[in-house]
Amino acid sequence: MKLQQLSLFLENRPGRLEAPLTAIANEDINILTLSLADTAQFGILRLIVKEWETAKRVLEQAGWVVNLTEVVAVDVLDRPGGLAAALKILEDAGLNVEYMYAFSLRRGDKAILIFRFEDPDRAIEVLLDKQLHVVSAEELMSFVP
Amino acid sequence: MSIPDSQPPSSTAPTLWNPAAETMPRAERAALQLERLRGLVTRAARVPFYRDQFAHHEIGPHSIRSLDDIRRLPFTTKSDMRRHHPLGLLAVPRKELARIHGSSGTTGTPTFVGYTARDLDIWSELCARFLVAGGLRPEHTVQVAFGYGLFTGGFGLHYGIEKVGATVIPAAAGNTRRQIDIMRNLAPEVLICTPSYALTIADTARDLGIDPRTLPIRYAHLGGEPWTEDMRREIEEQLDIAAFNNYGLSEIIGPGVSGECQAHDGMHIQEDHFLVECLDPETLEPVPEGEPGELVITNLTREAMPMIRYRTRDIARIYREPCTCGRTSIRMSRVTGRTDDMLIIRGVNVFPSQIEEALLRVEGTTPHYLIEVSRPGTLDEVHVKVEIHPEIFSDRMDRMQALCERISREIHTVAGIRAHVDLVEPRSIERFVGKAKRVLDKRNLKD
Repeated sequence: MKLQQLSLFLENRPGRLEAPLTAIANEDINILTLSLADTAQFGILRLIVKEWETAKRVLEQAGWVVNLTEVVAVDVLDRPGGLAAALKILEDAGLNVEYMYAFSLRRGDKAILIFRFEDPDRAIEVLLDKQLHVVSAEELMSFVP
Repeated sequence: MSIPDSQPPSSTAPTLWNPAAETMPRAERAALQLERLRGLVTRAARVPFYRDQFAHHEIGPHSIRSLDDIRRLPFTTKSDMRRHHPLGLLAVPRKELARIHGSSGTTGTPTFVGYTARDLDIWSELCARFLVAGGLRPEHTVQVAFGYGLFTGGFGLHYGIEKVGATVIPAAAGNTRRQIDIMRNLAPEVLICTPSYALTIADTARDLGIDPRTLPIRYAHLGGEPWTEDMRREIEEQLDIAAFNNYGLSEIIGPGVSGECQAHDGMHIQEDHFLVECLDPETLEPVPEGEPGELVITNLTREAMPMIRYRTRDIARIYREPCTCGRTSIRMSRVTGRTDDMLIIRGVNVFPSQIEEALLRVEGTTPHYLIEVSRPGTLDEVHVKVEIHPEIFSDRMDRMQALCERISREIHTVAGIRAHVDLVEPRSIERFVGKAKRVLDKRNLKD
């Protein structure tokens, strides 16, 4: 149920974001979604791609420091209060969200969110228990063009 | 000139090799130093380099009325040695030399140094003193894992050990597995090597499935490179030994200028043979006692190559408080840096080695780093650029920021300055062959 997320360390200066994206584009790897966390000085680029193993190898060979993290994709109703309801469940269960970002694709009336939990396994348990839909890697890939 | 004869350690003072010299009352030693300094000026006048300078400044033995008069004498630098390459600073005919050693040449052209037979005898005596101070007894066996060659470490310690009457295993440097084999077969009590090599021995033992703490070594005399108290603790713990520091440099004699006693509280300077000043490297005035300064050393008894006020570029502190061991000499701290890479940041002297120590404490390894100093307004600003590597990278921003803060805090603890820590991409800091360039000073500090 968990997704593999790649994280890259980037210096926060012009042109630094383009280089790794070109490197994986050259391998014909499509980015399903990404998020960028940054300070004035450096940034952390997080990527969800289908061929994460190839992408990781290519990036590491090109000299980037790449970290592999397990994240959880959850779909919520794409309407006011949809995300808040999901977050309420997580909060009630005492689950700490390290960070989250939205998936760039929508599926019908659902929006997909990527969550980084301290304890992804327990998070999945709680989410399933509360009838939320946890999107598996296969499922995610299936509706990506 | 009289040199006290060395004596075997007596049973009442087992940690003193030469009690008469090592516990000499300070006033008496100062008188001896003054007498030897005058003799040195006489002998140095046989070296054209010194003769010219003495003539220019109208200096002779008569100019030395007190030890403070040493400040009337000129300095000698590494470039003076290079200008008189290979043996232009000899004060004796070449045929009087018993041995020639050389510097490692890590900071430029290698420099050669000559010894007469008497110089070698004194050198062995000086090594014997710090070896015995660390606990060496005639019944002990010592494994010397220093290079035997032009480097002064191997032969210097070798003859010091023989002088004490202990057994030497001249294992020489390298082939760590064989070193461990020798240790396990011959059970030496003492190890002589560089501090980093002591850690290599521990690592290799573990690779061989041997607990390094079970090796027979009981203590080690380590030297030949700068090291830190943290490193000492690590070595002592990993090998279950006591580690002693000693100091010396080939230009002056080699190991034996100073060494630690059982108190592990600074190194006793062998003042009957060396006059050591601690000076501000900018003003060349003495620093207040106990403050760090450049060691400037005069070798009072050297026949072949007298060195007058040799600027070592090594930074250390010198202190006069009496030691619990009974030796009456002044002591020096470990070398905490070099003047050639010393930075003064907002009035604080900072050495790249201190930044390195801080990084080591936080990360457990030393990454590639660069210290950038600038002065955007009136105040100095320091940025320490640290290359990211897989062990310290996290996808979580809070962890990355905490890492920067931890490094910054540790730098403050070790070096006493506030520094901005900038994490940078791998391989973004320029690589150098040989010694790394660790400092980029963008301030314009010239007048």
